[in-house]
Amino acid sequence: MNLPVLKAADFASDQDVRWCPGCGDYSILAQMKKILPDLGVPREKTVFVSGIGCSSRFPYYMNTYGMHSIHGRAPTFATGLKSTRPDLMVWVITGDGDALSIGGNHFIHCLRRNLDVNIVLFNNRIYGLTKGQYSPTSSEGQVTKSTPMGAIDHPLSPLSVALAAEATFVARSIDAHVQHLGKTLKAAAEHKGTSLVEVYQNCNVFNDGAMAYAQERKQRADNVIELEHGKPLIFGAERDKGIRLVGSHLEVVNTADVPADDLLIHDALDPNPSIQMMLARMRYPEMPEPIGVLRSVAGVSTYNDQINEQVTQAKAARGEGDLSELFRSGDTWEVKA
Amino acid sequence: MTTSTPTTNKKIESVSGITVRLCGDSGDGMQLLGTQLTNTSALAGNDVATFPDFPAEIRAPRGTRAGVSGFQVQFASEAIFTPGDTLDALVVMNPAAMVTNIADLRKGGILIANEDGFNEKEYKLAKVESNPLDADVIDQSYRVVKVAMTKLTRAAVAEHGLSTKIADRCKNFFAMGLVYWLFGRSLDPTLRFIEAKFGKKPDIAAANVAALRAGWAYGETTEEFGESYQVEAAELEPGTYRNIMGNQALAWGLIAASKISNKEMFYGTYPITPASDILHELTKFKNFGVRTFQAEDEIAAIGATIGAAFGGTMAVTASSGPGIALKGEAMGLGVMLELPMIVINVQRGGPSTGLPTKTEQSDLLQVMFGRNGEAPMPVLAPRSPGDCFAMAVEAWRIAVECMVPVMLLSDGYIANGSEPWKIPEMDELPTILCSHPQEHTGEGPFLPYARNENLARPWAIPGTPELMHRVGGLEKEDGTGNVSYDPANHQHMCDTRAAKVAKIAERIPEQDVNGETSGDVLVVSWGGTYGACHTAVNRCREAGHSVSHAHIRYINPLPRNIGTLLKSFKTVVVPELNSGQLRMLLRAEFLVDCIGINKIQGKPFAVSELVEAISKHTSTHSQSKAG
Repeated sequence: MNLPVLKAADFASDQDVRWCPGCGDYSILAQMKKILPDLGVPREKTVFVSGIGCSSRFPYYMNTYGMHSIHGRAPTFATGLKSTRPDLMVWVITGDGDALSIGGNHFIHCLRRNLDVNIVLFNNRIYGLTKGQYSPTSSEGQVTKSTPMGAIDHPLSPLSVALAAEATFVARSIDAHVQHLGKTLKAAAEHKGTSLVEVYQNCNVFNDGAMAYAQERKQRADNVIELEHGKPLIFGAERDKGIRLVGSHLEVVNTADVPADDLLIHDALDPNPSIQMMLARMRYPEMPEPIGVLRSVAGVSTYNDQINEQVTQAKAARGEGDLSELFRSGDTWEVKA
Repeated sequence: MTTSTPTTNKKIESVSGITVRLCGDSGDGMQLLGTQLTNTSALAGNDVATFPDFPAEIRAPRGTRAGVSGFQVQFASEAIFTPGDTLDALVVMNPAAMVTNIADLRKGGILIANEDGFNEKEYKLAKVESNPLDADVIDQSYRVVKVAMTKLTRAAVAEHGLSTKIADRCKNFFAMGLVYWLFGRSLDPTLRFIEAKFGKKPDIAAANVAALRAGWAYGETTEEFGESYQVEAAELEPGTYRNIMGNQALAWGLIAASKISNKEMFYGTYPITPASDILHELTKFKNFGVRTFQAEDEIAAIGATIGAAFGGTMAVTASSGPGIALKGEAMGLGVMLELPMIVINVQRGGPSTGLPTKTEQSDLLQVMFGRNGEAPMPVLAPRSPGDCFAMAVEAWRIAVECMVPVMLLSDGYIANGSEPWKIPEMDELPTILCSHPQEHTGEGPFLPYARNENLARPWAIPGTPELMHRVGGLEKEDGTGNVSYDPANHQHMCDTRAAKVAKIAERIPEQDVNGETSGDVLVVSWGGTYGACHTAVNRCREAGHSVSHAHIRYINPLPRNIGTLLKSFKTVVVPELNSGQLRMLLRAEFLVDCIGINKIQGKPFAVSELVEAISKHTSTHSQSKAG
C-alpha cells in the first residue's frame, strides 16, 4: 500500500508565525515539524494543546488540530481529550511560567497520573509575553522589571519536580542543539505515558544569553553533559571529564585520573529515580548540566488506558447500560388510571 | 427473613397529610431514618417532599446544638410541593435536638422523645439548665410521648450478642418502627433495605430488624397512643413512579441525555457540597460509558471537560458557587470555543465558603455574568428534585443544537430533597442529534466558525481528515477561526455570541402561568422556591385574591412571552432566597418594577411567610381600587 509521505512543510499551518526574530521557539517549531512525519501518525490524529505565553502560540502554527487554552491549564484540557480520545497523539506545549507558576498543580498531576501525552516545556527563565518579569526558573538575584534589586525566589527545576512526581519520561534538550532536540522530541513521542521534555530556549529580547553556557557551541561541550542510556557520563570538548558517584553525591573527575569503570553509567530505565534526581540537580557552573533522556520507564499504566478499561470492564460485567432498567431499579410503584 | 408488616388493632384516624421531622445527633442515623420513611411513604402512593438539614461538620461534638441533624418529610394524599411549614410530629433523640426544633412543632402536635437521651450530661451539652421535657409549656402545648428508646433497643437486640455500642446504634431503627406504627407505614421496604445493606453482616441485620419490629410493637402496646394515623394514596397522574432525590435525578438526566444522543459522557469535577453526590451517583454507571474524572481542582475539572468536548464527547462539570468562581475563566474559553458542554452549579449559602450545607439562590448573577468580557451563557434552573432530570436533558439538547456551554443552576434544597418521580417512557424523551462533519465540502479552506440557522458552528472533531483547525481563547475571525484583532470582527463576534444565546428563546417553551394571564399580582419565581411559591399562590387564590404564578425554568434567555406577561399585572412580586437577583434582571430587561420578597437565612421559604408577604400586595390593591 502506498501511504502518502508527509514532509515537514505539510505540518505548517497557513498562519504567519509571530515570534520575535531570533526567538528560540522557531527552532523548536522546525524540529517538531521535522520529526512528526517520522512518527507515522496522521495530521488529523495529532493535537497540540497549549496554555498561555509565547510558546503557547505554537498550535496556531501547526496544520493539525489544536487548542490554545488558558494560562497554566493545558494539561487539564489534554487530560479530558486524551481520556476520551486515546486514539489521538496529544502534545502539550508550555513554558516555564505557564507550567511551573500558575500551572504547577496541573503539571504535577498530569505527570503522576501518567497520562499518555507529551509535554514540551520551553524554558527561557523569563516571562516573555508579559514583557520581562522573572519566572520560577529565573536565577536567584536576577534583575528584571519586577525584581530591580534581584529575584529572591529560589529557582525551580522542572526536571526535579517531574522526577518527584514519579514521571515516567523526563528529558532535556536545547533549542540551539537542533539534532539533539529532534532526537529527544522523537524519543518523547515514542514513550507511552507522560513524557516531559524541558527545552532550554533563548529569549533574545528579555533574557538574551541566559543559557549561553549551554547553547553556544563553543561553551556547550564543557558545560553540558549528554546522557545516553548505558553509556558512561563523559563530557568536555576533549572528552576528558567524567562524572563519578561518590557516596551520595556526584563529582566531576578527569578521565585520565580515574579508571574507566569508576565513571557513572547512565541508567535511564531504572525505576528508582534517586540517581536520576542527582543528575537533575547538577547545575552550571559547579557541574555540567545534563541533556538527553534522564528517565524512561516503561510498563507503567496510563490514566487514559485505565479510565477506559474501567468502562470496558463495567460493560463486560453488567452489560451495556439500559435506561429503562435503570429507571426501574429499586422500589417503584404504579398509579393506575 | 420474613417481610410481613403486622396489622394494628387500634383505632385508625384518616388524615390528608402529615409533616414529621426526625432529629438527633449527626451520627444517630436520622438521615437514614428520614430516607426510609420517605421511600416507604412514596411506595404507599403518597405524594412526598423532603428537607434534610444537617451540619457542615462531619461529626460536630455529640449532644451539642451544632451537631443536630434533622430530616423533615411531608407525605400526603394530595399533591404537595413542599416538605411543610409546621410539624405534626417531631421525634427527638436528645435535648439539643429538642430545643433547636421544638419551635416548628404545631400546637397539639406529637413530640416523641428518646427519654434515655435526656440526662444531666446531655443538658450541659445542649446548654440547657434542666430537662426541657419537664417545662410546663411543653406539656401544655404538645402531646409528649417519652420513650426509653436506648433501653428498649438494647433489650430488643440482646439475643444477637452485640456490644452495647453497636446495639445502641440500632435505636434509630427502633424510632423508625415506632414512627411507622404511628403513621401506618409498611415495614416491608425497610426490611428489604436492611437485607440489602446489612446482608453480609447477619447479626447487625437481625438486630436492626429486631429494633424496627420492637419500635412498631411498642407503638401498638403502649397506652400513650390510642390511635394511629392513615394517609391515603395521593391521586397522581397514572404511571410508574419512584422516589428520587435532586442530585440523583440530575445524574440520571445526564445519563439519559448521553444515551439518547448516542454519546458517551465525560464528567470532570472536584468534590464540593452540595454537588458531590452527582459524582457519587455517576461513578456507579460506567457501563453506560460514563467516565468520571476527579480532578486536582475545579479549574482542572472544567479544563478536562472542555478538552473532552473538543474531542467530541458529551462533557459535563459540576460544582457549587466557590468552585464555579474558579471555573469562570474556563467558562469564558468555552464560550469562545463554541463547544457544547454542561456546567452545573448546585448553589449553597455564600459568599465564600458561606453555609455549605444550607440552601440559597445567590449565584444567579454569578452564573449570568461571572466571566470576564461579554461571555453570555444559557442558564436553566430546575424547579424540583424530579425536574432536575428533565432540565439536564434540556441543557444537553440546547448545548448541542446551539454549540454553546450551558449552565444548569440547581441548589442544595433541590439537590438533597426528594419527591415521587414519574418514570418516563423512552419515547417521551426528546431526540438529541449530535453530528460531526465527516469531510470538507465546499470551496476553499474548511471554516470551523461557519454558522447554521441557530448560529451554531460545526462540531468538527480531531481525527477527521481535512478538517484540521485550531481553537483558542484569542478572538477568532468569523468563519475561519483564525486569530483576529480586527475591531469590527470583535464587535461582530461578541454580537454573534450574544445573538446565538438570545435565539435560544425560539427553541424553548413559552412561560406558563398558574392562574390567569393578567390581574393584580404576578408572583415570579425560579429554582427551588417553586414548591413554596406554588402552594402560597394557590392559598392566596383560594382566599379570593387575584394572584398568578410564573415559575421560570429558562432564565437565559427568558421565555419570549415574559415581557408581555409582566406588563399584564398591576404588581409583580419576586420571592427569592437572595437580595433580589432575578428582580434586578427583570427590572433591567423589561423596565417593569418588581417587588422582592427576600430572605437569606440558609433556609427555604415557609408557605405561610410567602402567603403573608404576597397578601400584603393584593390587599394594598384592593384598598387602592376601593379608594
